[in-house]
Amino acid sequence: MSEDHTLSGLPGRVIYDEIVLARAPWSHVVRQGETLRIVDLEGNQAVDFLVYSLADDAERYSFQDTITAQKNIYLRTGSILRSTEGRPMMTIAATSVAYHDTIGGACSCESNTLRYGHHTRAQHACVDNFLLANAAYGRSKRDMTPNINFFMNVPVEADGTLGIVDGISAPGLYVDLRAEMDVTVVVSNCPQINNPCNGFNPTPVRMIVVA
Amino acid sequence: MTSSSTSTPGAARDHARAMAGTRVEAMPTIPATSATDLPDGVEAKAVIWDETLAAGGYGSRRLNRGARLRLTDLYGDACVSMLAFNAEQTVERLNVADTLKVQWNAYLGAGRLLLSDMGRVMFSVVEDAAGGHDALCGASNTVGYGDGQDFASRPTARERFLLALARYGLGRRDVHPCINWFKAVAIADDGATELQVGPFAPGRFVTLRAEMDVIIVLANCPHVLDPRDYTVTPVRATAWRGLPTPEDDPIRNATPEGLRAFQNVEDYLAR
Repeated sequence: MSEDHTLSGLPGRVIYDEIVLARAPWSHVVRQGETLRIVDLEGNQAVDFLVYSLADDAERYSFQDTITAQKNIYLRTGSILRSTEGRPMMTIAATSVAYHDTIGGACSCESNTLRYGHHTRAQHACVDNFLLANAAYGRSKRDMTPNINFFMNVPVEADGTLGIVDGISAPGLYVDLRAEMDVTVVVSNCPQINNPCNGFNPTPVRMIVVA
Repeated sequence: MTSSSTSTPGAARDHARAMAGTRVEAMPTIPATSATDLPDGVEAKAVIWDETLAAGGYGSRRLNRGARLRLTDLYGDACVSMLAFNAEQTVERLNVADTLKVQWNAYLGAGRLLLSDMGRVMFSVVEDAAGGHDALCGASNTVGYGDGQDFASRPTARERFLLALARYGLGRRDVHPCINWFKAVAIADDGATELQVGPFAPGRFVTLRAEMDVIIVLANCPHVLDPRDYTVTPVRATAWRGLPTPEDDPIRNATPEGLRAFQNVEDYLAR
């Protein structure tokens, strides 16, 4: 059996391994102590990411609590993803990308009309994917909150100017997330084609869970 | 049996009624049109809300499209965390990430818009004499202050939000990321957040214009990154009637993204 380089460094036995199609939603329960690896298969593919407590899904990811606890807007190895109650939900145990975004939020049909024009209103967007994936758990728009964008690059300049710019990821780069509580991870494999977050070409990603 | 001033219903009624006319700092002006010391050019008859929120206090109000809201940092150390909802359908709310991303900037100030998660402008910042605010750090919570519950002496913004929202039938699922007025947070080159703690000069203010019918929730609690022991001072909220934003408004037309946010509100209101 040949070794799969994509699995190197993972702490445990693989219990889940799937490809998420370009532009598709995805969700999965990750138990405390398990690690989820997201692999950017073809490079610079934004993975919009939310996480909810399995026991009580009114407790969910909070980008503001996450930024405040680490006093930094970028997510790097060691960053702890915090909930609306300030509790650790997942930890970035490792990543081969320098930093990830959590201030840019998700693209939506509505925000696309602002950023690019009303001709983009009918294009598929991350909020649609989140709504679709969350519907399976009885959640709705009320349960949406600004998310993480793994493999997405949003620099902030001295005067506050920010923007989604060319990515710093590459084929095969990854992020490992260790669950600190039982959680439901909800992902939109970003379908955006109007900015460089996916290199203007949405591509698949791979999801691996080890226990 | 000893008698006291509240030993019978009638005596208790007299005791209660004797409190009428008591003045404290943190209270609403009723009627709002009796408010004094108003912003330049604002007539008393146009005032629809005037209330001072205590250190650690909170308030909430529905504001119709065109209304102006001025927040005044009376003593220079206020920190006003704010939530905003569409008054018609509260499932539409302020989206901090879209607010920053769509305007290509991480900081708030005069001329900036607050955007909803439906691609619409909720508020314009029409005046800003405060010199910096914060859209990144969120509400203080009991993680920072162990006795931060509403019934304790040092309530936190998240607890205040929950108490205010309960009155609309809303709860934990509705506490979305907030804006903190009056406490600037700068972002360093490496992404580090740097709070300007204060205190600042008294009387700083920010004036907002409602661009749709909204419900706002305000919590005046220490900034979540404030390293001092629980420190915050009272804030005054004053709102008055105003005309909806006209088509030639300079803020409406300042950027193509912002203009489309106004057009989306106008489209939503076409009935």
